[in-house]
Amino acid sequence: MGLTSIVIFLPLLGAALTLALRSARAIRWTALVTTTVTFVVSLGLWMGFDPSATTAQFVDRSAAWFPAGFDVKYFVGVDGLSLLLVLLTTLLGPIVVLSSWTYISKHLKAYYVLLLILQTGVTGVFTSYDVFLFYIFFEVTLIPMYFIIGIWGGENRIYAAVKFVLYTMVGSLLLLVAILYLGYQAGDAVNAGVFTTDWYKLLEYNIPVAEQTWLFFLFALAFAIKVPLFPLHTWLPDAHVQAPTGGSVILAGVLLKMGTYGLVRFCLPFFPNAAQEYAMLFAVLAVIGIVYGALVSRAQPDAKKLVAYSSVSHLGFVVLGIFAFTVESMQGALIQMINHGLSTGALFLIVGMLYERRHTRLMADYGGLARVTPVLAFFMIFSVLASAGLPGLNGFVGEFMILLGSFKSAVIGSPALIAVATTGVIFAAVYLLWMIYRVFWGAITREENRTMKDLNFREVALLVPLVVLMAVLGLAPNPFLQVSEPMTRFLLESMEAKRAAVLLEAERVDMAAAAFDGARFEVLQDHSSGETAEGKEVSE
Amino acid sequence: MEPDFLVRLILLLPLAGAVFNGIVPLFVPALRRREGLIGSVGTAVVAIPFVLALYLFLSFEGEPIVATVYTWMASGELDLSFAYRIDQLSLLMTLIVTGVGGLIHLYSIGYMHEDPGFWRFFAYLNLFIFAMLNLVLGNNLPVLFLGWEGVGLCSYLLIGFWYTDLKNSAAANKAFIMNRVGDFAFLLAMFLLFKELGSLDFDVVLTEGPAMSQSTINWVVFLFFFGATGKSAQIPLYTWLPDAMAGPTPVSALIHAATMVTSGLYLLARLSPVVLSAPAVMTVIAVVGALTALVAATIAITQNDIKKVLAYSTVSQLGYMFLASGVGAFYVAIFHVMTHAFFKGCLFLGSGSVIHGMHHVEHEVAHHGKGALDPQDMRTMGGLKKYMPTTRMTFLLSTLAIAGIPLFSGFFSKDEILFKAFEYGYDGHVYAWFAWGIGILTAILTAVYMTRCYVLTFEGKERWPMAGEVHPHESPWTMTLPLWVLGVLSVVGGFVGLPAVIAHGELNWIHHWLAGEHGPVLEAEVHTHVPLALEWGLIALGSLIALVGVGLAWQWYRQHALAFDARLRSAFGKLYQWASELYHVDDFYRATFVRAVVEGAEEGLAPFDRRVVDGIVNGVAKLTAGVSRGLRLLQTGIVQSYAVAIVFGVVLIIALMLFG
Repeated sequence: MGLTSIVIFLPLLGAALTLALRSARAIRWTALVTTTVTFVVSLGLWMGFDPSATTAQFVDRSAAWFPAGFDVKYFVGVDGLSLLLVLLTTLLGPIVVLSSWTYISKHLKAYYVLLLILQTGVTGVFTSYDVFLFYIFFEVTLIPMYFIIGIWGGENRIYAAVKFVLYTMVGSLLLLVAILYLGYQAGDAVNAGVFTTDWYKLLEYNIPVAEQTWLFFLFALAFAIKVPLFPLHTWLPDAHVQAPTGGSVILAGVLLKMGTYGLVRFCLPFFPNAAQEYAMLFAVLAVIGIVYGALVSRAQPDAKKLVAYSSVSHLGFVVLGIFAFTVESMQGALIQMINHGLSTGALFLIVGMLYERRHTRLMADYGGLARVTPVLAFFMIFSVLASAGLPGLNGFVGEFMILLGSFKSAVIGSPALIAVATTGVIFAAVYLLWMIYRVFWGAITREENRTMKDLNFREVALLVPLVVLMAVLGLAPNPFLQVSEPMTRFLLESMEAKRAAVLLEAERVDMAAAAFDGARFEVLQDHSSGETAEGKEVSE
Repeated sequence: MEPDFLVRLILLLPLAGAVFNGIVPLFVPALRRREGLIGSVGTAVVAIPFVLALYLFLSFEGEPIVATVYTWMASGELDLSFAYRIDQLSLLMTLIVTGVGGLIHLYSIGYMHEDPGFWRFFAYLNLFIFAMLNLVLGNNLPVLFLGWEGVGLCSYLLIGFWYTDLKNSAAANKAFIMNRVGDFAFLLAMFLLFKELGSLDFDVVLTEGPAMSQSTINWVVFLFFFGATGKSAQIPLYTWLPDAMAGPTPVSALIHAATMVTSGLYLLARLSPVVLSAPAVMTVIAVVGALTALVAATIAITQNDIKKVLAYSTVSQLGYMFLASGVGAFYVAIFHVMTHAFFKGCLFLGSGSVIHGMHHVEHEVAHHGKGALDPQDMRTMGGLKKYMPTTRMTFLLSTLAIAGIPLFSGFFSKDEILFKAFEYGYDGHVYAWFAWGIGILTAILTAVYMTRCYVLTFEGKERWPMAGEVHPHESPWTMTLPLWVLGVLSVVGGFVGLPAVIAHGELNWIHHWLAGEHGPVLEAEVHTHVPLALEWGLIALGSLIALVGVGLAWQWYRQHALAFDARLRSAFGKLYQWASELYHVDDFYRATFVRAVVEGAEEGLAPFDRRVVDGIVNGVAKLTAGVSRGLRLLQTGIVQSYAVAIVFGVVLIIALMLFG
């Protein structure tokens, strides 16, 4: 068993172990130790990673699972697209456990078991090189999240949980249809007639233009819901507001990235012609999302909802970067996924800390907290600045590269659209500073806030890694960018090659068809030289 | 010593100071009260870089030195480094930033004494210096932008420093957001440049930039200029600056007068080769600058808050500098940036000293139950020269400097701006005449409102309650020493830029330094020179305006004090009224942009999101549920009806097979 598999399944092992435990203390510590060890092990992936390679590394591959005739298998590994997302997942693991330490008081065991299963699912999603396996992990993440929202959530948790699952399911079932179809077609074309869902084989397969379009949309729909792309985003605020802090952090930190990751990993490379043809559609929706998400954010009285809508805005940047098809924007999108996980994760953690103290998320119930909880205020303002894209912190790097790359993109090629997207930096300041203004500045207006406790050691300890990483990724992002550059180039180049090949193929078919038509016409002419009327009819 | 190493020290010391004064006391509350330690560390980390910069300045040989620290981001064509550029322009700016900055740090030790946020204050101030140094030293636009937004952040934190009053925090938000509007344009300018040139390094931008297509150049320069109107408080984005006076006064002196607000001028000077290639946009720059200068000066006359007067004066002076840039005299703009840093810094610190003193009076008066008074309101000041001789003397010197009294620093720089505008007009650029005319008008107004400010504050009778019993005291040495230094510089600082009439400009050091053979700042070429006699005439005109303005205002306000404002009000009627109400620009913004965003979000988009976007989702869910409920009725459980259905089905299939 290789390192990748260990990183995927250690949490599951921890979950099994947790099942056998009884005391709350033992359960918490087991969860913490498991996630911490997983993180440490995952650092091995970072250290042993060769950024110059564009193939999967730390590969684990089984024989085919299904009987002969189906090339479906356990095939995992990491490459430049997935490595950082895997590390983000394993990093958030112990942080989420720590953040739940006192927050979760009922059904402890079930909560931590589900949390650990969820981590296995997410890591699996990011490491699968078999689309079928990816699909399984994609669905696996739904179940624990459903329970986490449904059991440990807020007042309206059942509605939010059901909405979350159904909405995602609509997309993913259609995705399954598309995968099956693609598997058969690819099997015929490149795998000697054997059904295949191997990522590399599918990458080789040049899908005809006509089929690309609908397959692309089926794939893209599933991922766009997950991202979520405007106007498919309304499950997100509900899920976020109702989920417990730990759930929100995972949701914002990594679950949403499964959508953007899916776009980069599958949608674009499999269907490059369709992806480029409809790039403008996605770019426009992304830009609407950027501005719309920010403005709706500004109108929320609930701090958690404000942060939730900010995700719609931030992920709009990521989708824009993906569909701009330039190295700069694509790498910006990849790094922005990590950035969003760090800063929005931190924002949800801090809002959760406020909630734990006062049991309200309404900003009107706070005000003037800077005086009583300066440390909390510091972490919040720091994360807000990162989220607002202040240069020197991580958010800027991603947004800057995305916008810079999109501006010069030949596929989008609309400076006006990018200008609208850039207004996002103004609106981000508007809603984020508004939150700071409401929560931290002014005089203390509520008696109960006067005695609010500042962060304790555990809370500081779980925020520090995030804050440090925000600064590191803001000031020295290059080591992280280097991880994804060769892979990004490889992907863009192979997409372009594939696109050209498909177009050439289509042209050849057209020409052949035309030639065939011509030949047929001649034959018919010869044949029906006496019966002109009929020949005419046929050739028409 | 290696310049490479020195640049790193210059940058890292203030950053280290910010961490030491900010992060450490945040987690170790016992340190927060150690004013001596925090104040001296905070000041030292700015003073040492000043000394280092001075060394670099003195040993500078004329060729720019680029110090590359490490790669920031590299991807595709993008290859950005944390690289810093030492040349004539950045050295001069570094000296101003660390020099004036160091003095203001020293001053703050006294001014912020016993403030519970003393540590935070020094942390923010140090962080500001770090950001500002990135701005002036950066060798590419993104590093400059890092500083550009960084100073905006510090400005936000310092305007809202006394956060328990929401008014201050609102002013801070306003400053940050208006600056972001400018930054938006700055970002677009960078995207456009990158698309055209594939690089954002100054070496590339300055050499290849002028060769871009005319429309691209125009867009780039216009967008950068629009960005500059945010940071440097010009029409249309100037209204945040007067509100920014909510911050502690040293902040107003350092950030909102001497350094940060001049960033826009630095940017234009740095990009001068590109800006000069966009004559159409230069017209816009000159006209906007001139109008801003005039509008702000008319408002300044009507204000009673001493800091507001100085704030509008700053906006007005910045307008002068943009005027200079707009006629292609970038080095003169930087010259005025420097003299303005001296005299406006001194004026603000002086006003801080006055406020410090009046606070004491406010306390005493309140203590005796004789009502409240605003320590910043000039209407309850007057006659302070008796009690605060140093503050008064330095304030007077810098007032004379800003008014442009001959041989004071402001005289040289302001006269040079007016002369350049005149000369450019003489050379055939009509808009420059217009700018010159407005400049002259503004010069008179400047002399008047500054004299009014000085006289109402320091001369005449004491106007606060209990004037016989309570009076302010002079400030401690940490505050008066910086006043003296800046006061003296306000007097002599102009001699580095002697006008062209003297030895044909041979003695104009700043021109040689910035715009000389190796200098980084270009200037507009002039083909028809102004005759020498006319040049002298212009100097005489400038001097006359200043002397007359100061003289008249002195007479008016010395004699009538506040009563003269009433006279002005009746003489100018609506115009005065309108100016004193700030021309309702803020009201206009509030009624349009702010309302559109806030109400559009709260009453438009948020309900739309809930009812329409989410409504459709829930509608689909309801529809599905409804259809299911309908279909459920078919499952009756009655075997007979199932049998009937089967029969019908079979008939249907047979029919299809037969006739289909």
